[in-house]
Amino acid sequence: MFIPHTDKERQEMLKTIGKDSIKALFTDIPESKRFPVFDLPKGISEMDAYKQMSMLADANNSCEEMISFLGAGAYHHYIPAAVDLLLQRGEFFTAYTPYQPEISQGTLQAIFEFQSLIANLTGMEVSNASHYDGATAAAETCITAYYHFRKKRGNIILSPFIHPHYLETIKTYLQAIVEIEVRIPNISKPADFLESTRQLVDENTALVMVQYPDFLGNILDYSELSSFTHENGSLFAAIVYPIALGMLKSPAKMGADFIVGEGQSLGLPLNFGGPYLGFFTTRKIFIRKISGRIVGETKDEDGKRGYVLTLTAREQHIRRGKATSNICTNQGLNALAVSIYLSLLGKQGLNEVAKQCFHKAHYAASQIEKIKGFTVLNEHPFFNEFVIQCPSNVKKIQSNLLKRGILAGYNLESDFSSRKNQLLIATTEQLTREDIDFFVESLREATNV
Amino acid sequence: MNTPKDLKFIKTDEWVKVDGNTAIIGISYFAQDQLSDIVYIEFNKEPGESIERDQVLVTIESVKAAADVKSPVSGKVIEINESLSDTPETLNEDPYENGWLCKIELDNLSELDDLMNAKAYDEFCESRH
Repeated sequence: MFIPHTDKERQEMLKTIGKDSIKALFTDIPESKRFPVFDLPKGISEMDAYKQMSMLADANNSCEEMISFLGAGAYHHYIPAAVDLLLQRGEFFTAYTPYQPEISQGTLQAIFEFQSLIANLTGMEVSNASHYDGATAAAETCITAYYHFRKKRGNIILSPFIHPHYLETIKTYLQAIVEIEVRIPNISKPADFLESTRQLVDENTALVMVQYPDFLGNILDYSELSSFTHENGSLFAAIVYPIALGMLKSPAKMGADFIVGEGQSLGLPLNFGGPYLGFFTTRKIFIRKISGRIVGETKDEDGKRGYVLTLTAREQHIRRGKATSNICTNQGLNALAVSIYLSLLGKQGLNEVAKQCFHKAHYAASQIEKIKGFTVLNEHPFFNEFVIQCPSNVKKIQSNLLKRGILAGYNLESDFSSRKNQLLIATTEQLTREDIDFFVESLREATNV
Repeated sequence: MNTPKDLKFIKTDEWVKVDGNTAIIGISYFAQDQLSDIVYIEFNKEPGESIERDQVLVTIESVKAAADVKSPVSGKVIEINESLSDTPETLNEDPYENGWLCKIELDNLSELDDLMNAKAYDEFCESRH
């Protein structure tokens, strides 16, 4: 274990603060609570522990053994074997940007490549070194917009069709800044967001943010919303599903000032929910206000290419109390995985993945619509995710299909009380036509009683 | 130290040059030297906005620290030195002339009475070494 201090140093430190023992530092905690005796079983051998852990692990269902139509923000895409192989190289084993960064040129270069790939994919000018997850990146966008206007604009308008967990994260983040008011219009149709933004927007609006495709899978062109937002002097942001950008027009072309999102789809396993990776891109003019790290390419004194952490002033090192955000970490290893994934696929490969996701979703939707009692509810074009109205109890359908090894999608009632018996269905390139046919047949049988 | 005699100072190292009803604000040689290489200047006020004495006028960022520049006087901001956004190093090279930050139309001339003259400021800087 890493214990940096010697006994002698400890004694010196204790002497400095006027205490005779480390125990004396804990006198504020009631004695009975200081060293509680835990009711733990006796220790077991490594072999027995391994068996027990394996048993517990085997009790989990993994997407690898199932047919998954579950998405809602995390997607079961195929990860080429080379991603893991390269990632496991010891040289890359760090979760963070290093504390003495310039000595780790390889790590910095990997982050630089990540930034370049993400900037290319989104069509934006600048990408940071990544955030914890998509929701964090979305929340940091709101903070960036607020500080861009030097705290003078305190209103942020969010589409209600942003992932509900993201909306929760944003609200949690922003509750610390009492001057910010988050406005989420209560509308049921995605197309109405333009009109409700027109009503909600005022001279205090810092940011308007949408999701693309939205949480229910809809693809909307936000060009008009974006221009309207800009006419008001406010900023426009889009949370995107990066795989979709392999095929769809990027919101950069609609005038987005920020494009952020969840990078899990780009080579990271589902991992029961994390660690994932948030990506964050913007235009050059906002670079001084964004959080996180940025790696820059430069030349050393011999004229050789080198990499540096640039604009680190954003956070603790320099701005400290004046920093707009104190996030200065990134997901180093996950960013590397994303870089390897995108490099392996290339533009054409990503386009192929996107097309497969799209076509499989549309095939599934057309087949589901043929089942008595089922309707596809999306009124807009959709990418790889869509909403179906089921004729009977969704939870029963889900558990029924689970017995056949199918994850039947996301129950929308858990976030939207009005969406009774509605499932959000997602497809990826991993599903075969047989998988989809089996799913459709199972839906038919589960509701045909 | 070559501190211009026509300037007045406050203890947080800002200078004021008074011309009739207008005050030009900047930071001292000592301040830029302490900050070292200045890389970014953010104006917190725009022309037309009013400012109270001791309110933050500008935030200066160097490779070492970020520092707030407080307004030594109250009044209305009438001009900011926008050229500094592209060439923040001017603040290091020429803090008393081309490195001026803002011009303020004074509200209350009596506020100037509390300011230090160049000699007093030099002594104050000496005392901090």
